[in-house]
Amino acid sequence: MNQKDLLGLKELRREDIETILDTAVPMKDIIKRDIKKVPTLRGKAMVTVFYENSTRTRTSFEIAGKYLSADTVNLAVSTSSVQKGESLKDTIKTIEVMGFDLMVIRHSMSGTPHYVSRNTNMSVINAGDGTNEHPTQALLDLYSIREKKGTLEGLKVAIVGDILHSRVARSNIYGLSKFGCEVRVVGPATLMPPGLEKMNVKSYHSLDAALKGVDVINILRIQKERQQTGLFPSLDEYANLYMLRPEHLQAAKEDVLVLHPGPMNRGIEISSQIADGLNSVINEQVTNGVAVRMALLFLMMGGSKNEVAN
Amino acid sequence: MNFIDKKIIMDDMALNRALTRIAHEIIERNKGVNNVALVGIQRRGVPLATRIAERIAEIENVKVPVGILDITLYRDDLTTLASQPVVHRTAVNFNINDINVVLVDDVLYTGRTIRAALDALIDLGRPKSIQLAVLIDRGHRELPIKADFIGKNVPTSRQEVVSVFVKEVDGKDGVVIQEITDP
Repeated sequence: MNQKDLLGLKELRREDIETILDTAVPMKDIIKRDIKKVPTLRGKAMVTVFYENSTRTRTSFEIAGKYLSADTVNLAVSTSSVQKGESLKDTIKTIEVMGFDLMVIRHSMSGTPHYVSRNTNMSVINAGDGTNEHPTQALLDLYSIREKKGTLEGLKVAIVGDILHSRVARSNIYGLSKFGCEVRVVGPATLMPPGLEKMNVKSYHSLDAALKGVDVINILRIQKERQQTGLFPSLDEYANLYMLRPEHLQAAKEDVLVLHPGPMNRGIEISSQIADGLNSVINEQVTNGVAVRMALLFLMMGGSKNEVAN
Repeated sequence: MNFIDKKIIMDDMALNRALTRIAHEIIERNKGVNNVALVGIQRRGVPLATRIAERIAEIENVKVPVGILDITLYRDDLTTLASQPVVHRTAVNFNINDINVVLVDDVLYTGRTIRAALDALIDLGRPKSIQLAVLIDRGHRELPIKADFIGKNVPTSRQEVVSVFVKEVDGKDGVVIQEITDP
């Protein structure tokens, strides 16, 4: 793998995804050691710039960089010059001339990381752009599935919830499709984006029908911040129809994995029995997220891409 | 890069005899192996360490622990390499505190791999001592590092490449000197 940026899984080749997942395996070992630090990225600097709130993604990138000995800085957007009206382009330039090698960005507008990438020499990692993609979340989902199932090839995966607004769903669909998975999406008709058939995805409106024989269920968060009015009548009604409860697992394979990108709305899209149950890998996903991000940072900052370009 | 074989410096018999001798020397130096562990450096140091452990078991009737060390993340040339090397797993599944650890590698050259291995090992604990066993010492050290147990000293030029083959990785045993033919 030799690329400047990670903007999405749509453009990423299957071999590159495999390299990232393979590299994440030894990285996960490091997290479990007594001394959780290797000197690999000493002398490299990275900055996380989040225009939207985040607990796990931002912290995960920051600690991944620190475990690899990179200097990591978080730009707190809400207390930064952005609030004084500085343009995104000027903010990027300011950060770049401080000597950072890599920037992790999250923004509510789709395409922002692509814009940043065109305006800087730093490496850029998309940590979620609007409703477009969230590639590192999908990579950690792929890692979590592969670790438990041994392979991704040919698995049946159901993604449940608000597909329309979900960048996690889109990145997962792109990634899973590259490994020959059968991807199903399920949710209210008003929360289904157009063009699903073109992505080779089957859509369902009944949870029981969608979960029949699946190996993996990936539950999406109902993003209250992105809901316009009227897409579904109420959270109670949504919970009645789509909240994953223990009885739903009967339709799925016995060893079905339950994933959730977090943060969870317990009692809306997922019941507590499922979230804390035996099929859930939700906590392990977070650990895997650090490992996958360590792999990415190593692959993007570890080699000298300039030499190749020259 | 293209190579031509210049000289066979060890056949399979010689390689295995050298490992047997190293096994004896490790036992002698440490006055037995009750507090000794072997750690092979990825990749060819790993099968060599396993074989030395087998010989020690035959001689002393003691099974010494064998670990695997990947030094990629500790290399000092990562930022100047054109592309990233593959990271393999480190698997040292025993406590290395207060034991004598013998690092095992195929070729000792500049010493930079061993420097990285020392750092990697010390991040896992504090051994009583670290010793170094190599199949071939080809000279040209760039760091103050020397081996405690050596299969064979082979004077080389920098244009030459010393290739160690082991059955477990390459399907055959032996050591050859090759020369780079590219201008």
